[in-house]
Amino acid sequence: MRTRSFIAALGLLALSGGLHAQDPNLARNLAATCANCHGTNGHSVGGMDSLAGESKEKLMQKLADFRSGDKPATIMHQIAAGYTDEQLDLITTWFAEQK
Amino acid sequence: MLNRRNFLKASAIAAAAGAGLPGLSGSATAASGGARRHVVIVGGGYGGATTAKYLRMWSKGKVDVTLIERNAQFVSCPISNLVIGGLKQIEDITVSYDNLVSKWGVKLITDEATAIDVEKQSVTTAKHGTLHYDRVVLSPGIDFVPERIGGLAGNEERIPHAWKAGPQTVTLRKQLETMPDGGVFAMHIPRAPYRCPPGPYERACLVANYLREAKPKSKVLVLDANGDIQSKKALFSQAFERYGALVEYVPNSALQSVDAATLTAELEFDSIKADVLNVIPPMRAGDIATKSGLPLVNDAWVDVDWLTLEAKGMPGVHVIGDALFPAPTMPKSGHMANQHGKVVAAAILNLFEGLPPNPTPVVMNTCYSFVDSRNVVHVASVHQYDADKKQPMPVSGAGGLSPMANEIEAKAALAWARNIWADMLA
Repeated sequence: MRTRSFIAALGLLALSGGLHAQDPNLARNLAATCANCHGTNGHSVGGMDSLAGESKEKLMQKLADFRSGDKPATIMHQIAAGYTDEQLDLITTWFAEQK
Repeated sequence: MLNRRNFLKASAIAAAAGAGLPGLSGSATAASGGARRHVVIVGGGYGGATTAKYLRMWSKGKVDVTLIERNAQFVSCPISNLVIGGLKQIEDITVSYDNLVSKWGVKLITDEATAIDVEKQSVTTAKHGTLHYDRVVLSPGIDFVPERIGGLAGNEERIPHAWKAGPQTVTLRKQLETMPDGGVFAMHIPRAPYRCPPGPYERACLVANYLREAKPKSKVLVLDANGDIQSKKALFSQAFERYGALVEYVPNSALQSVDAATLTAELEFDSIKADVLNVIPPMRAGDIATKSGLPLVNDAWVDVDWLTLEAKGMPGVHVIGDALFPAPTMPKSGHMANQHGKVVAAAILNLFEGLPPNPTPVVMNTCYSFVDSRNVVHVASVHQYDADKKQPMPVSGAGGLSPMANEIEAKAALAWARNIWADMLA
């Protein structure tokens, strides 16, 4: 029962995100790699940008600008380049949903 | 209170909206599966404290977590070189475990784990008896093998390593304060791999920064067992040059023995008399890992499955942090241990659910080093799991170094510390 419902929910998730078989918590897990600097769940305690609740479009634009060099950075241009477009999409979607 | 039906409804709604579901899937099993699961974590450093918090947060409190840590408070190795250099106090790098207990419901046992029994799934402690676990996470950091340097064992008060932050950090700082102007500060770096690749070079810089101000006739002698600077080479070379005659870097200087009475360091072809002698001894995975019968690589480091971070050949025993035999270019750093903690927390919660571990984990590293009181350099990397190689591999074209030492990253370094300490412990 639980498994079937879970799989059903997972199926919806896959449809909505256009994703194939992947971990049900992939977005959460990927976003957690940012938390060392940007705070748990994107809530910075100071000195770094908070990401929680920021719009996905704004976050994606920032990341694109870091990658292209349009936005000057000390380190984010090097880190942003380590994630795929699909991963950045998941990460920014997840942070946008955080209160 | 979220019951299962509401959970599933919430799942469907959130999924339809394209949302991830942080935490909730972890709660479903424990809520419906009957017996509560118990994870015991050994070691409350960057890896273990992160694992404890994230297991509790992501399971919404449905998984019981016990953290066994021998020290009453967390003291950070990153930033500890600023204490040695006189720019920070030990209190500035000390953080309480209170929030893990009061806010996250972690059971904290201030004690030493002395043995793991894989058959019985139990951890034995020195003073608190034996604890049963469903899964155990060892985050034991490193322990030293001082016996490999003649005369070193048992003399750590006279010849501090200060490579585990705490009383040794303060001891080394006090020795520098009482050193006469014109004295020699000699430090020894063991062969790689060792904890925190850039750390010794940062320490040399910050000791030089202090001596330049306070005791300018003195000298910093860096005796490196390795053939070259192990991290941020160009940046540290530039920093050493800026200190001029104050810093002398000597590669291929494996320490043979020391004389604690005279503070003499014996190299293969040389003998050096120091006023303060800081020997970072050879090291390996923390004692609990080496005593638990885990298969070790090079008799030193634990080999793991990189999807679950389970020790090879030891089901149910996960190992993270500096104790690991690292994947290619993966540093032994606090930042990386924190990342391991999140991977292992996610994997354990999946396994409790009967789900496979995340097949595509990602970890990344950021490391800042001070080269003087105001200027900092970084190295960063991103590591994506490679299914063919069965380990995380550094992403080519990503990561990198600061172009030069700069003041902007000094602020970033301190903000990094505040945020990662909060990510582990707040």
